[in-house]
Amino acid sequence: MPSFVINEKCDGCKALDKTACQYICPNDLMVLDRVTNKAFNRAVEMCWECYSCVKICPNQAIEVRGYADFMPMGAAVQPMRGTDTILWSVRFRNNETKRFKFPVRTIPEGTLEPDAGYTTGTDDVNSPLLRTEPGSLGLPGLPAPDNLKPVNRKP
Amino acid sequence: MKMNIKDFKTVEVTTDLLILGGGMAACGAAYEAAFWARKKKMKVTLVDKAAIERSGAVAMGLSAINLYMGLKDRKNTIEDYVRYVKNDLMGIARDDLVANIARHVDSSVHLFEKWGLPIWKDREGGYIREGRWQIMIHGESYKNIVAEAAKKALAELGENGEYYERIFIAEPVIIDNQCVGAAGFSTRENKVYIFKARAVLAAMGGAVHIFRPRSVGEGLGRSWYPPFNSGSSAYFTIRSGAEMTSQEVRFVPVRFKDAYGPVGAWFLLFKSTATNALGEDYMKKHAGELKKWAPYGTSNPVPANLRNYLMMIELEKGNGPIYMKTDEAIKNLMESHTDRTAAAKKMKELESEAWEDFLDMTVSQALLWASTNVEPEKRKSEIAACEPYFISSHSGASGAWISGPRDILPGKYHWANENMTTVRGLFAAGDASGASSHKFSSGSFTEGRIAAKAAIAYCADNSFRDAIDKDKIHELRNAILQPLLTYSRNADYANDRDVNPYFIKPRMFMFRLQKIMDEYAGGTGTAFKTSRALLEKGLEFLQYMHEDSVKLAASDLNELMRCWENIHRLWQAEAHIRSVLFREETRWPGYYIRTDFPEMKKEWKCFCNCRWDTEKREWEMMKKEIVELT
Repeated sequence: MPSFVINEKCDGCKALDKTACQYICPNDLMVLDRVTNKAFNRAVEMCWECYSCVKICPNQAIEVRGYADFMPMGAAVQPMRGTDTILWSVRFRNNETKRFKFPVRTIPEGTLEPDAGYTTGTDDVNSPLLRTEPGSLGLPGLPAPDNLKPVNRKP
Repeated sequence: MKMNIKDFKTVEVTTDLLILGGGMAACGAAYEAAFWARKKKMKVTLVDKAAIERSGAVAMGLSAINLYMGLKDRKNTIEDYVRYVKNDLMGIARDDLVANIARHVDSSVHLFEKWGLPIWKDREGGYIREGRWQIMIHGESYKNIVAEAAKKALAELGENGEYYERIFIAEPVIIDNQCVGAAGFSTRENKVYIFKARAVLAAMGGAVHIFRPRSVGEGLGRSWYPPFNSGSSAYFTIRSGAEMTSQEVRFVPVRFKDAYGPVGAWFLLFKSTATNALGEDYMKKHAGELKKWAPYGTSNPVPANLRNYLMMIELEKGNGPIYMKTDEAIKNLMESHTDRTAAAKKMKELESEAWEDFLDMTVSQALLWASTNVEPEKRKSEIAACEPYFISSHSGASGAWISGPRDILPGKYHWANENMTTVRGLFAAGDASGASSHKFSSGSFTEGRIAAKAAIAYCADNSFRDAIDKDKIHELRNAILQPLLTYSRNADYANDRDVNPYFIKPRMFMFRLQKIMDEYAGGTGTAFKTSRALLEKGLEFLQYMHEDSVKLAASDLNELMRCWENIHRLWQAEAHIRSVLFREETRWPGYYIRTDFPEMKKEWKCFCNCRWDTEKREWEMMKKEIVELT
């Protein structure tokens, strides 16, 4: 099964009104079993292995076991996603391990400004200029299509 | 479990602009719409079936932005881009739409950077190019960042900006050939939603799981494009009566075999080559074949579908597996580094770049390399053609036929506000709009912006229609919840919750569709080959599926969503078969071959459009002229 939940680590997100994995799964696969109070992936063959549930789990209770119909066993790829970087641990079938660290954001989550300091060059809703343009283009104006001349050829 | 449909509340929401979807195009739309709606005191509502933070094709992240023009640095011209896109699609593209996205797209990328997306930089602070049009990013959180911008923009509108998550839109609401809203249901609570709007923007992505995937066990979900792209854009626009274009132009990507990891960085950044099992470069070996597909085949770069095709020739001869020579590529890149310390550092960098490419956007491929002990600098890896997908934002083209901008090719493709379909009040962007390929993530976001601004302008000029009457709401509600009713009425007849003569569950319905498409419409099982005889047989089987779709059954809300997703897939499948049948030639041999018309023909250098007539309830097929810029 692609993403799976480790019984010992999952607490059913008891502190939250819904489980984090249930909130995030783009394919609506993660659900909470009300009896055991553990989350589970209800249709593993519909899992894209996108790791959204793995990355969001507050208890690191979710991991991925590669698709059994084409992946030999024994490998594991596990992320630890922080506020500005993500750390990946890649364990090979032969037990060799590689670690990688990549940036994920250059400014803290929640602090972005939609206009990003640019002003919009028009108030006209019928103008082709979009919000923040032309400043955000880095050009004095929208590139004119003047030199794009139609050449008619019948199909 | 049986659900009583009487327990469902009907919630009505009235808005000005209704944005359907939560991916790149929908987020671009929300970002732009909020700004103009504020000036016009209008309301904007976004509805997504998932959580916007990780919704759509960029949910997992991306390792590159495939469309950045660099106009400010005079790196490229719009004309160059238009030529490149049209050549890749064998002459079939709407130059006005491609040029329109190209002239705006840099603005979106510059915004992404300011919003916190880490972009690879050179020593002078310029973006590092993967290829001519592509730039490299540390894109694990690309979608989170874009979602944050969209949500913040909606919040600027106060109570006039809102988004709903976990609501699946099942049907368009059409009154007098005008789109006035959408109907759906919550996948979390027993609620039917009726959204009423002045304008509706469809941006619900492309379509996957229409053709049978190569992996059918657990790996069924490891499609290259995400399995949650279920044809909702196509269904919504087709069922609104909108004219559709290029429904035959599927996309078959060649990727690392099985886990479908990206090959762009290997081909473009690392300058890798691919060979057959004998070590022969099939692009060189079959260069002569490209002349048959001139002028496209003889241009540089060679169109994606023709690169596929030359590879497929080798597979047909039994010369597989096909390999990406990762080991050789790394060796070549290391050649200039003779100093031992510098070389070790360079190797470390290359290794990290290679793994990040997968970890940012296709973690499964990293897992597959690890599970087969592959270190790319030491050992080459297999590549293969995936199953076909519907994705007009990449090298496919299927989507709604939309109005172009006023000022590019004036009078040729312009009949309404930009990105409006042929149905009044209905706009499309991203994978929902056709014939403007190669938009990718940045172009889809940008097209969402273009469409949303045009839709707000449309709202300003058009007043509300009358309320959707009670009978219509009742009819929509009943249709949406029917699978729950079908299940609860018949489940007790048999002792198996899935096997019952009175209904079909969505899972088997999907497998039935995939089998038909694979075997009759040129899937992987027939090496992408089909013919009139096969397509007509496939169409016959699709008609049975239409009849049986009223017997789809659901035991819970998740299964209800699966029912509707597969109804949506069925309509995308039919539009595809009809269009492949209509176009009597082979134009994209690496996507599909019509064995009865194996050559490209001059008279088919045109768009193939189709429309489902909502009143006559029948399909109409038509050719549309290609007008060229440059």
